[in-house]
Amino acid sequence: MSGTGIGARVLRKEDFRFITGKGQYTDDVNRYGQAHAVFLRSPHAHAEIRSIKLDAARAMPGVVDIFTGDDLAADKIGGLICGWMIHSKDGSPMKAGAHPALAQGKVRYVGDHVAVVIAETQAQARDAIEKIEVDYKVLSPVVAMADAVKKGAPVIHDVASDNTVYNWSLGDEAGTQAAFAKAAHVTKLDIVNNRLVPNPMEPRAAVGDYDSGTGGFTLYTTSQNPHVARLVLSAFIGIAPEHKLRVIAPDVGGGFGSKIFIYAEETVCVWAAKKVGRPVKWVADRTEAFLSDAHGRDHVTHAEMALDASGKILGLRVKTQANLGAYLSTFSSCVPTYLYAPLLSGQYDIPAIYVEVDGIYTNTAPVDAYRGAGRPEATFVIERMVEVAARELKQDPAAFRRKNFVRSFPHQTPVIMCYDAGDYDAAMTKALEMSDYKNIGARKAASAKKGLLRGIGFSAYIEACGIAPSAAVGSLGAGVGLWESAEVRVNPVGTVEILTGSHSHGQGHETTFAQLVSERLGIPIDNVAIVHGDTDKVQMGMGTYGSRSGAVGMSAISKALDKIEAKAKKVAGFVLEASPDDIEFKDGKFSVRGTDKEIDFGSVALQAYIAHKFNGQELEPGLKESAFWDPTNFTFPAGVHICELEIDPATGVTRIDRWTAVDDFGNVINPMIVEGQVHGGIAQGVGQALLEGAVYDASGQLVTASYMDYSMPRAGDLPSYDVGMTQTACPSNPLGIKGCGEAGAIAAPPAVMNAITDAIGHEGIAMPATPLAVWRAVQKTAPRAAAE
Amino acid sequence: MASVTLTVNGKSVTRDVDPRTLLVEFLREQLRMTGTHVGCDTTQCGCCTVHVNGEAMKSCTLLAVAVNGATITTIEGLAKGEDLHPMQAAFREHHGLQCGFCTPGMIMSAVDMVRRKGTDLDDKTIREELEGNICRCTGYHNIVKAIHYGAEAMGKAGTAAE
Repeated sequence: MSGTGIGARVLRKEDFRFITGKGQYTDDVNRYGQAHAVFLRSPHAHAEIRSIKLDAARAMPGVVDIFTGDDLAADKIGGLICGWMIHSKDGSPMKAGAHPALAQGKVRYVGDHVAVVIAETQAQARDAIEKIEVDYKVLSPVVAMADAVKKGAPVIHDVASDNTVYNWSLGDEAGTQAAFAKAAHVTKLDIVNNRLVPNPMEPRAAVGDYDSGTGGFTLYTTSQNPHVARLVLSAFIGIAPEHKLRVIAPDVGGGFGSKIFIYAEETVCVWAAKKVGRPVKWVADRTEAFLSDAHGRDHVTHAEMALDASGKILGLRVKTQANLGAYLSTFSSCVPTYLYAPLLSGQYDIPAIYVEVDGIYTNTAPVDAYRGAGRPEATFVIERMVEVAARELKQDPAAFRRKNFVRSFPHQTPVIMCYDAGDYDAAMTKALEMSDYKNIGARKAASAKKGLLRGIGFSAYIEACGIAPSAAVGSLGAGVGLWESAEVRVNPVGTVEILTGSHSHGQGHETTFAQLVSERLGIPIDNVAIVHGDTDKVQMGMGTYGSRSGAVGMSAISKALDKIEAKAKKVAGFVLEASPDDIEFKDGKFSVRGTDKEIDFGSVALQAYIAHKFNGQELEPGLKESAFWDPTNFTFPAGVHICELEIDPATGVTRIDRWTAVDDFGNVINPMIVEGQVHGGIAQGVGQALLEGAVYDASGQLVTASYMDYSMPRAGDLPSYDVGMTQTACPSNPLGIKGCGEAGAIAAPPAVMNAITDAIGHEGIAMPATPLAVWRAVQKTAPRAAAE
Repeated sequence: MASVTLTVNGKSVTRDVDPRTLLVEFLREQLRMTGTHVGCDTTQCGCCTVHVNGEAMKSCTLLAVAVNGATITTIEGLAKGEDLHPMQAAFREHHGLQCGFCTPGMIMSAVDMVRRKGTDLDDKTIREELEGNICRCTGYHNIVKAIHYGAEAMGKAGTAAE
């Protein structure tokens, strides 16, 4: 390893601009002559629009123009799409209701887009929207899933008369039935996975621009995947053909999934830029973010686990209702299906699994991928079930898990996934040591002496990352392939630009990707620049989500570097007058095997461009290569997290005392950055378990729509984390990387809830376990109940 | 329109603005100093923290006219050219940032924390004092560490009494 190569704790190259205030986020982009857009949003959860009167608003100072859904329709601008087709178990396709960027005749959630005002200033646009008169016929809303599927419930989309998008299933129903028939013990649990709002600190924003000279559009937007945004805006929504539409996602202030999707606002801004002949800028305020960013999670599940008398798991049966909100967001349909059910086997050898998932429309904001996307929900189900089963069988939770761990690889689960490599015992052993598990009894006694309840909770999670093999996801209904692309441009002086389809919005790609290049080419890391987030620079890419940028994005770079090395050897062969087969490349130097003749990388780059030493017909001048990498399998990061906490029964306040995380991410490029990803993931998972929850009232008003109502984790709510690692290299990509971005958010919620239920002695508490919820649960004297 | 004069990062500026202009809008839109960010508009997240006459304040709920005549320091005014302020250096050294959006506010708050609480800060104090700054990326672990060492470095460099 060189000082800046793979495995080194290299400080981040991107940090200087961020710590000096020189980052360039979308709201920092200002185009000459720009006007400002503000959206009129529905105050009702469910209503028909009888009429919209714009005259008074148009007369307001500074108003440039006002548009409604009719204007988009007149320009043949299509609706927003959902890119993953799910079929119900009867074979019928999912029922996707139309999703216009601006409402056409009906609004379906509070915050739905009714009209856009474009004015000279944002303040003037805000003033003007107050003057738009909308005549609504208010309809009864359906807010809870249980109400949405009742007979005679108000219908949200005509295509789904029962408000059901799909009734989907996975696994072997009869085989699972048989497993339950021979069970000595069945553990049952009702589980709610609370609805969350992703809340990256940078609100969404867009600046649309149109060049009437060239007929080209440019959209600056807060996106995790600008090429996917261009593809959707071009091919489906119909803004402009791809070669006339440039999408730039500059510095992006966090995403966590919520900036994958193609939303109404950027669609309208880029379209309106041509209509008004000026750049159009929109920036969400935080309440708009709460109302209109896609939310996450929101499952209601009943699960049953069949066990033999010794505690070996025989089967798992899961029935889940997933709230998809009022419209199908870009990837919403796959999150509670193919990103959820295939992970329900956890780290365990379970012979039979059967899962049913109903996707439900409600009059709430669309729900889509949020950090972990389906995998946290699956992990919460299996890790709560395993913990409760161990308790019911009076077995140690660690020993119970070990008894059921998968131990031979590859391991084909009954639910699609084939785990390629792992060592779950190793992570458990290390976590038990780091957490000093053997002395937990003494610590519980010490807490009890102080009048406090101490609990310990395990979470032995697995996830599927590095999404994903294109053919595999295509067979499951995905509308896209999930490869990644890279281009390596070597300049004549030997500096290197890497163009990647991955997008960094906090992950530190400018550093980690450069570490790979520094290691492979033997050049200083400062000689490497990472270019991303601009469809005019990078030809194509699928973006960053699902912990895929290391496993898939860097694999594409690695493949392109292979080609660079091969071509550079040919150039070196001409210069050193040797066969390319005799050229060795090591530590940045090309040498002729068995001689002292050598030439460094920079000189080879120069020779490649001046082309004096070879005929341009036998070897093309230049040194630039590209590659696409399509993975052969998902990757399977796994690990054990242990949460130990104290509850004050008098107040219900929970204090996390220690957090142990042992993760197997395969090979690690930069441990400092990986640990940071783990910390952040845990914080979001602890937030879900203890603090966060999006709450709609019965009329469909979001009552948690600001940081004064929605409890974001703050520094004082969280512990420090003790982070360790084990390593089994991933066999399905050239770098052996598994991915680390979501692990903490996946692992943490069951660890916390297993610890809380351990402390209070029963299962009767749901997330978020706020002080009030915990205090109430502590008051329950009933024996351990299988209700959550 | 109202005339507002401020000294921002050592330079006097005067602009005629709509009286409802917030300080953060004055900085971002009038001066095009975009290092100060808006994360919540309700004084909760702290992304907009700047120093007003030496004290940390949230510029998203402060009218520019209300601080007319004040001396303002923003994130752009902390480093001396390429020489980072010790707190900026500590955030980089200890990986106290990921997406970078909350970072300017975090650093401005941290510098003010040292002014008020001294250069020897324990974790408990740092976590309590960070109540007004939200980060969604880091889980705070490395921010707490960065502020601890940044404070220590400010003590050694004699920059605590900024």
